[in-house]
Amino acid sequence: MQSKMKESEPILEVENLSASTDNLPILKGVSLTVHPGEIHAIMGRNGCGKSTLSKIIAGHPSYNITNGGIKFLGENINSLEPEERAQSGIFLGFQYPIEIPGVSNLEFLRVSTNARRKFLNKEELDTFDFEELVKEKLEIVKMDHAFLSRSVNQGFSGGEKKRNEILQMALLEPKIAILDETDSGLDIDALRIVASGIKKISSAQTGIILITHYQRLLDEIKPNYVHVMSDGQIIKTGDSDLALELEKKGYEWTDNFIKET
Amino acid sequence: MVKENLVKDVVKEPYKYGFVTDIETEKIAKGLNENIIKLISQKKEEPKYLLDFRLNAFKKWQKMKEPDWAGLGYKQIDYQDIIYYSAPKQKEKISSLDEVDPKLLETFDKLGIPLTEQKKLTNVAVDAVFDSVSIATTFREELAEHGVIFCSISEAVKNHSDLIEKYLGTVVPASDNYFAALNSAVFSDGSFVYIPKGVTCPMDLSSYFRINSGDSGQFERTLIIAEESSSVSYLEGCTAPMFDTNTLHAAVVELIALDDASIKYSTVQNWYAGDEEGIGGIFNFVTKRGKCLGKRSKISWSQVETGSAITWKYPSCLLLGEESVGEFYSVALTNNLQQADTGTKMIHIGPKTKSTIVSKGISAGNSINSYRGLVKMGTKAKGSRNYSQCDSMLIGDQASANTFPYIKSQQPNSEIEHEASTCRISEDQLFYLQSRGIEFEEAVSMMVSGFCRDVFNQLPMEFAAEADKLLALKLEGSVG
Repeated sequence: MQSKMKESEPILEVENLSASTDNLPILKGVSLTVHPGEIHAIMGRNGCGKSTLSKIIAGHPSYNITNGGIKFLGENINSLEPEERAQSGIFLGFQYPIEIPGVSNLEFLRVSTNARRKFLNKEELDTFDFEELVKEKLEIVKMDHAFLSRSVNQGFSGGEKKRNEILQMALLEPKIAILDETDSGLDIDALRIVASGIKKISSAQTGIILITHYQRLLDEIKPNYVHVMSDGQIIKTGDSDLALELEKKGYEWTDNFIKET
Repeated sequence: MVKENLVKDVVKEPYKYGFVTDIETEKIAKGLNENIIKLISQKKEEPKYLLDFRLNAFKKWQKMKEPDWAGLGYKQIDYQDIIYYSAPKQKEKISSLDEVDPKLLETFDKLGIPLTEQKKLTNVAVDAVFDSVSIATTFREELAEHGVIFCSISEAVKNHSDLIEKYLGTVVPASDNYFAALNSAVFSDGSFVYIPKGVTCPMDLSSYFRINSGDSGQFERTLIIAEESSSVSYLEGCTAPMFDTNTLHAAVVELIALDDASIKYSTVQNWYAGDEEGIGGIFNFVTKRGKCLGKRSKISWSQVETGSAITWKYPSCLLLGEESVGEFYSVALTNNLQQADTGTKMIHIGPKTKSTIVSKGISAGNSINSYRGLVKMGTKAKGSRNYSQCDSMLIGDQASANTFPYIKSQQPNSEIEHEASTCRISEDQLFYLQSRGIEFEEAVSMMVSGFCRDVFNQLPMEFAAEADKLLALKLEGSVG
């Protein structure tokens, strides 16, 4: 089942996408369309290609697209640099946010926010104005101001890293956010904070793709569509009930599916 | 991997100081012998003790062997093929800056060091050295009011001979090493600073060294004396044109700090580094050493080394005075086929002396970047402490980084701490920054300046900004 035709133009269209790294095929014809206001969940075993799909959408240089393509707001973005994709409104929340020693979190967030603002023809913010903005956004993820003076993700706990990702999402106000296992490594309280943050940031104009193993995030953020991936393909698509069924029956249940086209 | 080569591309370096000033110069014949040394001394109208100092150094140099322990690879230097004195032709006596050849002023203007009264930097006094001679020194009168002497060393020989005779060669003796001996024999100019007792120098002092001529070496000599309870911050910058031959730069810097005095010496070295194939560039073989002679005296070296085909340099501190302090903060960036062998020596002689070493080496391209340092605790250095931190960052997979820390302790009641790390800018880190809308080049330079931050924090404000820009420039290149 593909997304129903909507009146609004899709934000993201992944069309029959195949991709490889070091000549090893990882994605084998993935199609996925996200319209404004939609929340999609992608589930599947480790190594099924979920993370790879998210990285390719964000433009990771280690993967080659061998077939198909990605359209963002109707334009093919196959050849865009990762920074161009980010500036135009694609956001990837990392499963394992990277530590960058020596680079202050505040400065990183400011440069990043300004890159996006520049693209949107909005005025770039100086340090003072940015402080104001970031204070407001810190509220969303209930982060302490002290996080800003530390190096990017360095020495952050798993939960702090994930909250820092959502803080970035709040600052960048993307058109589409792909959140790769944002729920992993979070305790129940942190999960609620992150989930409510995601809900606050998203709107009827934005799209969200949640990559997850667990139902508990989907209890907080109810998806419109659930896709099950296996061996580089989406083998089943359903609504939020599919995730519940999967939770009950496990991935083995999906082994018997053949790809639905 | 689509972008495997990008990191290599990004470190391509445009060198914007590579121009040559077309100016009539007075050069002496190539080669090195006693007569040449006598000629240099005669040109500078030097007293006999100085000529003797030179000739004595030359005798020692002749008996010495060029050092090879650093394992640097370069073509044998032909010392007879170098011009040891080259000076732009000027009027005999210059009474004001207005009489300086406009071409020279223009040269320094282009280098960002305006010298004229109207344009000179407002908070820094500058001594501008062009090939073998000092062209001009700004703010002399203002400094003189505080009793601070800031002039070329040639002038100091004439006007402050007593100080020169007393201190020259007392920190770096002529026989110290091969290149120091060579410098002692043929040094042409450099800066002289004297801060009298109790005076805090009212502004930063700065020397700017410019090599213009392709076939002459630059052998400058700097001497800074800080009397009791005085303090000074001194900055040094260097550039040279792009020639396809190598030019030798063998300088000697001597610092002396008496009781409670403090000297901060900062360098941004951007000599021409040669091209991508390693053709041309400056051989930067320099001896820099400070003597903390007085109690509680302090000498702090900070350096940003980005230029030169080869850098061979160990700004050091002899910590004699009780509770004296030595510091060394260094960033060395090498690219293409550059080689840098740099570090420091902290020689703890007096009791309760303290030293700190923070070294950051960044190697890109096919370059080799080594930290080499010595920390020594003498028998009387009771209660002394050292802390060293040596970090290396590799960009790309062809560059190499080495750390050679030598530690010698003859005093059980002292502490030596050494930390070292090596990291590589990873594709994942770059992707992370890029996926937040940050351009590839900016991402690299953010990470590099982040890596260097501990050192940049030690630089004087304007200098820190300049150093940051310089590194960014060095790392600039075409992105796919």
